[in-house]
Amino acid sequence: MANAWTVATMVAVIAGVVGFFVVLRAAAFPAHAIPNGAFAGAAAANVLGLNPLAGLTACALLAAVGIGTLGRRGRHDVATALALVMMLAAGAVFLGLSQEYEPAIYSLLFGEVLGVSSNELLPVAGLALLCLGAVAALYRPLLLSSVADQLGEARGVQPYQLDVAFLVILALATAMTVPVVGALLIFSLMIGPPAAARAFTGRPPVAILLSVAIALVTVWSAIALSYLSNWPTGFFVGVTSAVSYATGRAWTRWSRPGARCSSMG
Amino acid sequence: MGFGLRWLIEPGFWSSSPVRVALVIGGCSAVVSAVVGVFTVLRGQSFAGHALTDVSTAGGSGALLLGAGPIVGFVGLGIVGAGVMDAIGVRRLRGRDLATGVVLGASIGLAALFLYLDSTSRATTGATQQILFGSIFSIQSSTAPVVVGLGLAALVLVGVLYRPLLLSTVGPEMAVARGVPERLVGVFFTVAMALAVGLSSLTIGAILSTALLIGPAAAAVRLTSRIGWSLLLASGLGLAACWIGVLLAYDSYDWNASHRSLPVSFFIVALIFSFYLASGPAARLRARSDGRRAQPPPTQVSAPGPALNPSPGG
Repeated sequence: MANAWTVATMVAVIAGVVGFFVVLRAAAFPAHAIPNGAFAGAAAANVLGLNPLAGLTACALLAAVGIGTLGRRGRHDVATALALVMMLAAGAVFLGLSQEYEPAIYSLLFGEVLGVSSNELLPVAGLALLCLGAVAALYRPLLLSSVADQLGEARGVQPYQLDVAFLVILALATAMTVPVVGALLIFSLMIGPPAAARAFTGRPPVAILLSVAIALVTVWSAIALSYLSNWPTGFFVGVTSAVSYATGRAWTRWSRPGARCSSMG
Repeated sequence: MGFGLRWLIEPGFWSSSPVRVALVIGGCSAVVSAVVGVFTVLRGQSFAGHALTDVSTAGGSGALLLGAGPIVGFVGLGIVGAGVMDAIGVRRLRGRDLATGVVLGASIGLAALFLYLDSTSRATTGATQQILFGSIFSIQSSTAPVVVGLGLAALVLVGVLYRPLLLSTVGPEMAVARGVPERLVGVFFTVAMALAVGLSSLTIGAILSTALLIGPAAAAVRLTSRIGWSLLLASGLGLAACWIGVLLAYDSYDWNASHRSLPVSFFIVALIFSFYLASGPAARLRARSDGRRAQPPPTQVSAPGPALNPSPGG
């Protein structure tokens, strides 16, 4: 249980920080697709008997670079959608080859936070630090190119390189979070809290902190509720995220009638 | 490729009734998805289409929990999800991704709960696999008429919407000027998308059904700039992927000694993905040889949507 709390806290911090940029850059679809790539990696590692975290990381990175490259020619959203389903289908095959089909699929897709063991903590913490470091290093160019594309280019930010760099950060964040909340649900954690945070404040540093706070509350309450009710953690994460988004929108409506939820200071 | 396959087909392929049902259902959903998909791709709504697949995941698993057939949930909740997405504003370009994402996330949460309850409350296993990745060979033949009926309904819907839909896809400003009820068209189109997704969920599984919706259409749109041709081409590619996929899955039973056949959905998705990859070079090749017929691609340039790089390769 203590492991679950520790690892979930790290996940929430990363999801809150990275998710802020996901929302800012309107990268919701890649943020949804990359975890599914990671799913294939974990499934492959399962069959080959490798370390699942290594498989996850490798495949998430592959998905990130693949989406970046495919999206360069052709439509970004189409490339993302197709990369997504291809990875999922590959994952299904790998799991089909392994013996434990059903429980493995379920825990990879929807997470198994209560089953985290203590020797899994260290690599997850390492990935978390790497991820935070990368965000800190790229903080200004990321913010600049997300808010004002042309301004960023004028200042010498390379849009394509930055895009891929951001997708790689997303991949790292994904790799550490998939074993905990699952490939499908990390996405709600990266969308709901940051979107709500942005509705409350327009200042990026404050919004990031708020988004982390909301993500923490979401994850902690989800674990507690899931422990009490025996229902899956993922359900509570998904619902709480949606509720926080709805609250954020209601707040925007109420405090600034006429302003849209996506207004950014 | 028809006669080349003849010696590839395992004996008993045509006489097996699950295979026949699979071919009918797969073919029907492939055509519907391809037709709806062309508009989805042109309107830049791939993400919305994909979100509907996750909504129908929740629907399918919920229906299973209630003891109904998955198709009821796939289609039913898909239509509800379409309404919700419209209500919270997937039409607006800004924030559209976000609204879609939130619906998606919430429905995945529901799916997690339903699948968990499915696996604990019922003695049968395999619900997760059946809903998520499809099980086309185990569909009862009585489902086929329902699928064909829903497929026809979706096609009729697209047919009725065809002109206003095309106008609002290609030139939104012009559509507004001509008095096209944009919102209504959008809602009905999302319903058509939900129907298509529901049908392909049955074929290749709920979380993979994006492949049938987006893949053939995206490849077709790259290859031709005429809307009529792209509809035909997309349907052809979808049908080919589906039927070859069913055949390969049937054959794969004999590929390894343990006689464990690979899932149909994998073959279909892999075929679609390779069609899409091949369509880029093919389109460039065609553009080079057809250079003399300088025709502006009206359907490609003006696709609205949040695509970061809306220029298709070719």
